[in-house]
Amino acid sequence: MTQQGYGKPLPTPQPESDFYWEKAKEHELWLRACDDCSQSYFYPRDICPVCFSRNTTWVQASGRGTLHTFAIVHRAPTPAFRDDAPFVVAIVDLEEGPRMPTNLVDVEPDPSAIHVGMAVEVVFDDVTEEITLPKFRPAG
Amino acid sequence: MADLSRTAAIVGVAESDEIGTVPNKSSLQHHMEAAHNALEDAGLSKSDVDGLFTAGYSTYATGDYLGIAPRFTDSTTVGGSSFIIHIAHAMAAINAGWCEVALITHGQAGRSNRAPQPPDPSLPTLQYEIPYGFIGQPINYAMAATRYMHRYGEDRTRQALAEIAVSTRKWALMNPKAAMKDPMSFDDYHNSRWIAWPFHLFDCCLVTDAGAAVVVTSAERARSTKKPPVWVLGASESHDHLGISTMPDLTSTVSRHTGPAALSMAGLTHADIDLAMIYDSFTYTVLITLEGLGFCGPGEGPDFVAGQRTAPGGDFPMNTSGGGLSYTHPGMYGIFLVVEAVRQLRGEGGDRQTPDCGIALVNGTGGALSSTGTVILARD
Repeated sequence: MTQQGYGKPLPTPQPESDFYWEKAKEHELWLRACDDCSQSYFYPRDICPVCFSRNTTWVQASGRGTLHTFAIVHRAPTPAFRDDAPFVVAIVDLEEGPRMPTNLVDVEPDPSAIHVGMAVEVVFDDVTEEITLPKFRPAG
Repeated sequence: MADLSRTAAIVGVAESDEIGTVPNKSSLQHHMEAAHNALEDAGLSKSDVDGLFTAGYSTYATGDYLGIAPRFTDSTTVGGSSFIIHIAHAMAAINAGWCEVALITHGQAGRSNRAPQPPDPSLPTLQYEIPYGFIGQPINYAMAATRYMHRYGEDRTRQALAEIAVSTRKWALMNPKAAMKDPMSFDDYHNSRWIAWPFHLFDCCLVTDAGAAVVVTSAERARSTKKPPVWVLGASESHDHLGISTMPDLTSTVSRHTGPAALSMAGLTHADIDLAMIYDSFTYTVLITLEGLGFCGPGEGPDFVAGQRTAPGGDFPMNTSGGGLSYTHPGMYGIFLVVEAVRQLRGEGGDRQTPDCGIALVNGTGGALSSTGTVILARD
């Protein structure tokens, strides 16, 4: 898909998430983690939402996880998604603990082909020159 | 905490003049008409109003449009539950002496709006959810329902969703203001098209144009209004996430806090409730809200709603207006739950009046199952 042709909504990186989106462009998935309570969390923010510590850092995620839940979208929510429908929206439990929203790709959009708890792995979709969206597929 | 139970009453409720598909009216027109009609219902005038509440819009806008300069103002916006929460805020403000006549308004040309507001791109949901197509609540709530099915069984969950859709439509057929006029069979439900699996079309609320308003006042003032007051016995509010991907448990809303807290404030138990008005943005919302409120335990909702128990003639009257599923739902629906509860408690339910309706529980849900507000209301 060319950049000109990409009509779906794009994220606007914010100061606390520039790094996340930069790394996604390099096909890496990074999380924010807390040095005090040892939890990593999604989405990225500077102060830990669990214990309120400022001692937080970036850590690279393995890109492996399991499917927490999903839905198969038949009625496109906006015209830009019409060519994609039916497509799979999903929430993934990352190996490191946090949960993140995504799409499940490279899979039949059929409830018999997808199950909660299945192993998934990250893939990177370079939707424009500026933005890469981390997505997930069934683990090989 | 001060005991505010029975210190404020709802004395006026109304919808805007026409609801459903109303192509020739703006959202603010619905606010204005509903405010006019609710004040008339209360026997009060605009000049009596000194507290102004709304959600979606700022009270800046509604105050300007209605011509009201309040001395207490509250634009708390936490989705469709906001208007339930405003009742508690009004009660607190009245007791603090900050206002005496509180006007809560809502208006939303959900179908016909010519100028929808673009969302703020700095919100986390715009960055992390929307690019993946997490757009619109059917998709978000569908993901939550999938998780429930995984935990508690797909077939019994599906049956429960069908029970709720079918029973709610039966109530709508008894409400002349309801958008949906045709009966719905179980087959109709199961055969309706997929919106976002696991949701059929008939799992999803309507999108209508509608407004409503509610007038809340002090115990003393309520004694001299036009109709018998409906007392606020208990209230509670909470929220625990913004987008669906940060919801701690997709099978449990904060109704698990607001239901018990509101009942406790009222000094009542579940057995005392004659009417349940439960926000039905989706069939699934009702299922997990009944569990959260404590009418049944986690995972027991499918047994609780089985056998058309919540339909006309059943022993658990629920969503007697026909709900967001079949009566009206302009985008944020919570205020319409209050309108129907007050009508039932006053005995104004017409063909759908439930017998001996003395105490109602109203629970609103907002956002992506994000917020809830519960109030317990009682007739005079």
